[in-house]
Amino acid sequence: MNSQIPLEHGMALAAVLLLLGLVGVLVRRDAVFILLSLEIMLNAAGLAFIAAGARWAQADGQVMFLFILAVAAAEVSIGLALVLWLYHWHKTVDIDRARSLRG
Amino acid sequence: MLALIWLIPVLPLAGFLCLVLLGRRLPPAVVAALGPGPVGLSMVASLLVTAAFLHAPPAGLSYSQALWTWFDAGGLAPRLGFYLDGLSALMVVVVTVVAFLIHLYSTRFMAGDPGYARFFAYMNLFVGSMLILVLADNLLFLYLGWEGVGLCSYLLIGFWYKEPKNGRAAIKAFVVTRLGDTSLTLGFFLLFASLGTLQIQELTRRAAEVWVPGSLAATAAAALLLGGAVGKSAQLPLQTWLPDAMAGPTPVSALIHAATMVTAGVYLIARMSGLFLLAPYVQLAIALIGAVTLLIAGASALTQRDVKRVLAYSTMSQVGYMFLALGVGAWWAAIFHLVTHAFFKALLFLSAGVVIQALDEEHDIFKMGGLRKSLPVAFWTFLVGAASLSALPFVTAGFYSKDLILSLVGSSARGGTWLWMAGVLGAFLTALYAFRVVFVVFFGEQTRAVKERSTMAVKIPLLILALFAVGAGLFALPQTPGGAASLAALTQAVLPGVPPGTGLGPIAAETVTSLVPLLGILVAALFYLARPSSAAAMLRHRPFSALHGFWFSGWGFDLAYRTLFVDPFVRLARLNRADVIDFFYRGIARAAELGNRALVPTQSGNVRWYVMGIALGGAVLIAVVLFL
Repeated sequence: MNSQIPLEHGMALAAVLLLLGLVGVLVRRDAVFILLSLEIMLNAAGLAFIAAGARWAQADGQVMFLFILAVAAAEVSIGLALVLWLYHWHKTVDIDRARSLRG
Repeated sequence: MLALIWLIPVLPLAGFLCLVLLGRRLPPAVVAALGPGPVGLSMVASLLVTAAFLHAPPAGLSYSQALWTWFDAGGLAPRLGFYLDGLSALMVVVVTVVAFLIHLYSTRFMAGDPGYARFFAYMNLFVGSMLILVLADNLLFLYLGWEGVGLCSYLLIGFWYKEPKNGRAAIKAFVVTRLGDTSLTLGFFLLFASLGTLQIQELTRRAAEVWVPGSLAATAAAALLLGGAVGKSAQLPLQTWLPDAMAGPTPVSALIHAATMVTAGVYLIARMSGLFLLAPYVQLAIALIGAVTLLIAGASALTQRDVKRVLAYSTMSQVGYMFLALGVGAWWAAIFHLVTHAFFKALLFLSAGVVIQALDEEHDIFKMGGLRKSLPVAFWTFLVGAASLSALPFVTAGFYSKDLILSLVGSSARGGTWLWMAGVLGAFLTALYAFRVVFVVFFGEQTRAVKERSTMAVKIPLLILALFAVGAGLFALPQTPGGAASLAALTQAVLPGVPPGTGLGPIAAETVTSLVPLLGILVAALFYLARPSSAAAMLRHRPFSALHGFWFSGWGFDLAYRTLFVDPFVRLARLNRADVIDFFYRGIARAAELGNRALVPTQSGNVRWYVMGIALGGAVLIAVVLFL
């Protein structure tokens, strides 16, 4: 199938999304927002797979996206559980307060 | 019936497993049954197998049984297989019979020892290993038994491990024989590399096809095997471990000397006779080693005070005779002497053990004396053993085997007058030191009270062994009473014949070898029976006392090895106390520690900081992939 959208566009969008997510992870201190930003990064990777799969007419890209969805779901469930525990112990979701693993 | 052959080594090994796993929990009475039991069953099995073998000898006069392939790698696929022919059948019978009698004796001798079960466990393993060694049909399997025997000798010599002296003796025995074992291993490598098999029969066949007699490869391989045999059989120059091996309990000494360990070297050489025939120089070396060893060990035995050390040197000397016989090509004579020696040496050790225990662990013969009346069983059995050891003409088994060796040494093409004279001189020394012990220990005035502890478990083995020490010459008869070929005939069928040569006339040689032991006994009687003070008086003269000291220390070999090898090695080890090679590894550890210290601050606990690290690392990786 001939792609209407060039690969470069898809890739650029994925890169932008990835950077946005990364910046979100880095600058936000709220654990819930960090999880949201991580989702964005995962979706950026998924988008890159889809775009590449479309460019070479391979189903693998979409298969990988399904995997990423599954990983993301698992990650969110564990992440949210951690956030709950964080709140339980520190009465806050500020990630900078949880630094007892200092070396 | 022949198919039962696998039981022979497996039974003692099973006994070992039982005793090792359950021994601590079993009462001594059960251990006393479980110790000798498997060896006794193994004896029965070996007698049955041998009887079947004699009555209906299989085709080719040999029977082999392969259990399974041990491993298969790089063209080497040794089988766990047994090989029975006249030679191994004879060995198996001797080993199991002597070992069983020693085990029976030990049930009483070791009674009350805290390590009773441990003792029998090791003894069973010892016998099992020796039987593997004897029955193995390839050199690798034989080597398993060979090393098992070495291990057990270490465990048993150091059996009373609370004395540091015993532990040192055990280590010495292990290390010295290990030198020989290393040479043996190299020999196996060489054989496998050049002939492509370790199967003994196949190996001997291929060696005769591939190598011309006297070629370098054959000589090297035979010499390396000889190195192993010399170590195990305590011959020059690796003989120093044997006198110290007396640190073990007396039944252990009997087992090591009679049945299991020191005869292994002789057996190996006889088993590989086909290979040694291709290496005339090595054969000459064997004869020379045997002749020299029998003389120096005989002289040392003459000066020892410890009764067990006398017997140890005498073993060395008798194994020297076997080597002498092997060297001149009198293969059967060597094996025959091995058989008779097994019986009379076990007898001597066991009756010496009775004396030692009756006098509260007294080993010094000059503190014994006059025990003829108070220990009659020990006296008569020791006398029979000593007579057999000295080859008293016509009535003892030792005479027939030693006489055969000496006459063949004199007449063989590879022998000669010098070797024959060494053997005769050794026979004189043998009679002298054997009856020196008899006269000093059992005659004269009794100085100490004895506590008689002999029971049937002690007496029966002594009497049976005494019977064999007199009658084992019957083993050499060519036919059994039933008219079948005897073990001797079947063994001779396996071994090569004696190269005929011109030498002394048989009558002259016979006369000399019959008279020499009598002369030795006469001299011993003169010195130690008629005038007991004369020997001590002689020692007051300077040259005699110097010679006595030199012989007493075993010709200074221990001192020489200490100054030549042990001390320099210890000095080197001291120099290198802060191991040079370890510098490198210690440096690695140090670098890791420093790195750890430097990187600890990065473990800040701040999750976002970690994310930053991961992101930067990813960026760097991508940059590397893209631009490099």
